[in-house]
Amino acid sequence: MEGTLNVVGYGLAAIGPGIGVALIFAAWITATARQPESAGITRPMLFMGFALVEVLALFGLVLAFALS
Amino acid sequence: MTDSANVMAEGDSHFPPGIHSFDFADWFSGLSGTALAHMFTTITLGVWLTVAVLIVFFLWANRKPQIVPTKRQWLAESAYGFIRNTVAIDLMGKKTGVRFAPYLATLFLFIVVMNFWAVVPGIQVSPNAHIAFPLMLGVMSWVIYMFVGIKQHGFVKYMKITCVPPGAPWFIYPLLIPIEFLQNIILRPVTLALRLFANMFAGHLILLVFILGGFELLNSGNVLIQGLSVFSFAMGIGMTFFELIVILLQAYVFTLLTGMYIQGSLADEH
Repeated sequence: MEGTLNVVGYGLAAIGPGIGVALIFAAWITATARQPESAGITRPMLFMGFALVEVLALFGLVLAFALS
Repeated sequence: MTDSANVMAEGDSHFPPGIHSFDFADWFSGLSGTALAHMFTTITLGVWLTVAVLIVFFLWANRKPQIVPTKRQWLAESAYGFIRNTVAIDLMGKKTGVRFAPYLATLFLFIVVMNFWAVVPGIQVSPNAHIAFPLMLGVMSWVIYMFVGIKQHGFVKYMKITCVPPGAPWFIYPLLIPIEFLQNIILRPVTLALRLFANMFAGHLILLVFILGGFELLNSGNVLIQGLSVFSFAMGIGMTFFELIVILLQAYVFTLLTGMYIQGSLADEH
């Protein structure tokens, strides 16, 4: 079986951010379901949190290529 | 990786994409050996087009400003007003927000247009997929928030505000201060740059995988495998629409984080 260890590392690194993004969106959906008027106020926080968590998975992807 | 090296050696195949997909050739091959070696490539064209588009659009839209705005004046004012109201004034209050709104609006629009070339046919790569451009934008944001903070508080007091969180017991300081210093002073420009770079890099790679993969499937001899290329191209179209969201989101997050760092530098000790 061929391949590199980099991609295995990326796969492991993507577990955490996957759960993290799901938690963020779940919190936003729950909050909006309880109080729909708050959707506009919390939407910037949603995008900010999503980008901060997703970047950790993307670090793994970039390093998998850069450190080949 | 060894497989692709063999295929590249024997033929003209670009699949699977890798680091080599981001090396763009000079447009004027005569310049390749000279000092102007990498000056005229697809990447630099993207940067120059971005600057040209922004300058020309805003100059043209503000030609004869009127109280009741014309359509193009309204467009320019909306583009500027979006960042001024929802980012600058929201984070920093009216006075400081208006002071930093021009830089933040220019930063946002620059990153949006730079990212946008990733989906334009012909260019199809964002210059932000080369680490140099996001790195310089990150360094600029770092210089701004450090300068503003040091000018407001003085160097020692600014370091104290940044690296020593209030309310922590004194015996934790040897652990906490290096971490806070690393986080706030060293890593902020790095993560800003890497976030933008990684998103554009990954987006370009995903589009290459599906579209070049579709062509690879089309090139096979078996007609059933050729039929599968439809799904590959359909995924390519879907990922292009997804890329539009990523383009706007990454520019917004970069600008919002820069605004937050500036606001954090200016905030008084609590």
